[in-house]
Amino acid sequence: MKKYLVKRLLQIIPVLFIISFVVFVLVYMAGDPVALMLPEDASESDREAMRAALGLTDPFYIQYFRFVGDLVQGNFGTSFRYNQAALPLVLERLPATFELAAASMVVATLMAVPLGIYSARKQNSLVDLFITGGSVLGKAMPNFWLGILLILLFAVNIQVFPVSGRGTIVHMILPAITLGTGIAAEMTRLIRSNMLEILNQDYIRTARSKGVSSNILVYKHAFRNSLIPVVTIMGLQVSHLVSGALITESVFSWPGIGLLLVQAVNGRDMAVVQAAVFVIALLVIVVNLITDLIYRLLDPRINYS
Amino acid sequence: MQGNAEAKTVGTIGQAVRKDKATGGFKRWCHLLWQSKTGTVGFIIVLSVVLVAIFADLLVPHDPVENNLSDMLAPPFWMDGGSAAYLLGTDNLGRDILSRIIVGTRVSLLVGIFSVVLAGIIGLLVGLAAGYYGKWVDTILMRIVDSFLAIPSILFILVVLAVFEPSIMTLIVVIGLTNWVSYARVVRSEVLSVKERDFVRASYSIGTKDTTIIRKHIVPNIISSFIVISALSVATTIILEASLSFLGLGIQPPDVSWGAMLTDGRNYLATNWWIATFPGIAITITVLGIIFLGDWLRDVLDPRNYFSKKGGA
Repeated sequence: MKKYLVKRLLQIIPVLFIISFVVFVLVYMAGDPVALMLPEDASESDREAMRAALGLTDPFYIQYFRFVGDLVQGNFGTSFRYNQAALPLVLERLPATFELAAASMVVATLMAVPLGIYSARKQNSLVDLFITGGSVLGKAMPNFWLGILLILLFAVNIQVFPVSGRGTIVHMILPAITLGTGIAAEMTRLIRSNMLEILNQDYIRTARSKGVSSNILVYKHAFRNSLIPVVTIMGLQVSHLVSGALITESVFSWPGIGLLLVQAVNGRDMAVVQAAVFVIALLVIVVNLITDLIYRLLDPRINYS
Repeated sequence: MQGNAEAKTVGTIGQAVRKDKATGGFKRWCHLLWQSKTGTVGFIIVLSVVLVAIFADLLVPHDPVENNLSDMLAPPFWMDGGSAAYLLGTDNLGRDILSRIIVGTRVSLLVGIFSVVLAGIIGLLVGLAAGYYGKWVDTILMRIVDSFLAIPSILFILVVLAVFEPSIMTLIVVIGLTNWVSYARVVRSEVLSVKERDFVRASYSIGTKDTTIIRKHIVPNIISSFIVISALSVATTIILEASLSFLGLGIQPPDVSWGAMLTDGRNYLATNWWIATFPGIAITITVLGIIFLGDWLRDVLDPRNYFSKKGGA
């Protein structure tokens, strides 16, 4: 187990290396920031002095190493829009995003687990067709459009929920449903196929043949065993969760890291873009690692090599 | 040639396939398509969207980008104040929504198809190299692929869009350059299994060149799963483009995008619901059609699925 953990932690290094390299190359290609930093009437010698002071005249690889050195120290530069260090700006948005992500996962699980199990039990029935069709529709429908429709229905036509913002639990309902349904669409499908596979296994057939009732069979024998893949499925949804959060936060003006990142990209606020991208990437990697570990703890059949 | 070798190994099933193929390509496909309801629906939707995109200029009732302030915010024709001139109403600048949806098919398909072609070509080459040559080539390439897969591609896309001016071209290139990794993975694993099959080994043993083996034996055998992922990735790319354009990071005016239309509509939700509703329906139907067609292709192109379905399992 320890060996496996070390191996996984070591695998993170090339990932971080690639992200840092890609981001650096892009920012390097973006051109000269000095023009934006000095007043219009600055002379060419002033610009040269500024470039030298910032180290922009150094060779490519030296600039890259300096960039990585800054990253390791958590120094992403200053946001010109907020005029403060970028990293704390990003970190203070984290609680809002965690809150939304957790609520969406709850919504997704509450929808996907019962629906997935039910449609597997009644395979090829009308309800199954309806649920499977619904999950395809959920995949085809853009997440943000669902958000807009929910606002239209529940915040504009029947005014039960607020249109946007964060504060009370009521603010959280529409964004959590928006993000949660998108994830539930994929999850339902996976749980259904998982459950179908388990229901066709020998030990279930044996239990059925000795007269175990259908409910006990499903919930005690099959569902417990289908939980293990469900953990992996939830882990797989992290990527969806991130891209979904970016857009859902923008639809509902939810003050999380996704909204901050989108605004920073729009405003070309590179320090914030870099900080947000690194923080999100690191989070995704950590969450994936944790789900992987849980999966291994739950299923003793997997060896740690 | 290689079809012969396969038919012999697979036996009667293989012969049945060959006989099927012999009795006529086009007719057989039509028959297969007609057997699947969702496949037929998907095909009809995709065909219509493609035709609309091609003939958009002939189909639009109004100029999709010209402002017409005297007719702004007109409702759809069935509502009070609506007229047959603007079937789906007009937006805040008096532009005809139906015309904009028709023109919007072009952007969606352009970005969807070309970024998938780009991603597919890179992914195919990388996957072939990693799977066929193995050893250190495989190790290095797959390490890179895994690193890209470890983080959501939307992050790379956003960094690029923060640096470069967004346009149709930028979107195609950036989506293509971030999505090739999933192809590389699938192609590699398919190559690994095909490579060990007898007809490939036989070909290798008589001294056929690597490039010839790849072209004649490997590629034809992995192409069907390649087509299936491509179809489904066109669907996800269309949603991605719409999302980015909705965030203001994708297609910029005067180009018309369904996603950007939804941004306009969001500000008028309280009073003019139609602006933010119809483009969303257009996206959903298009994507649904592509998913249906993709699923059907998967069933038909993979003989294992085809026969298990026929067997009534």
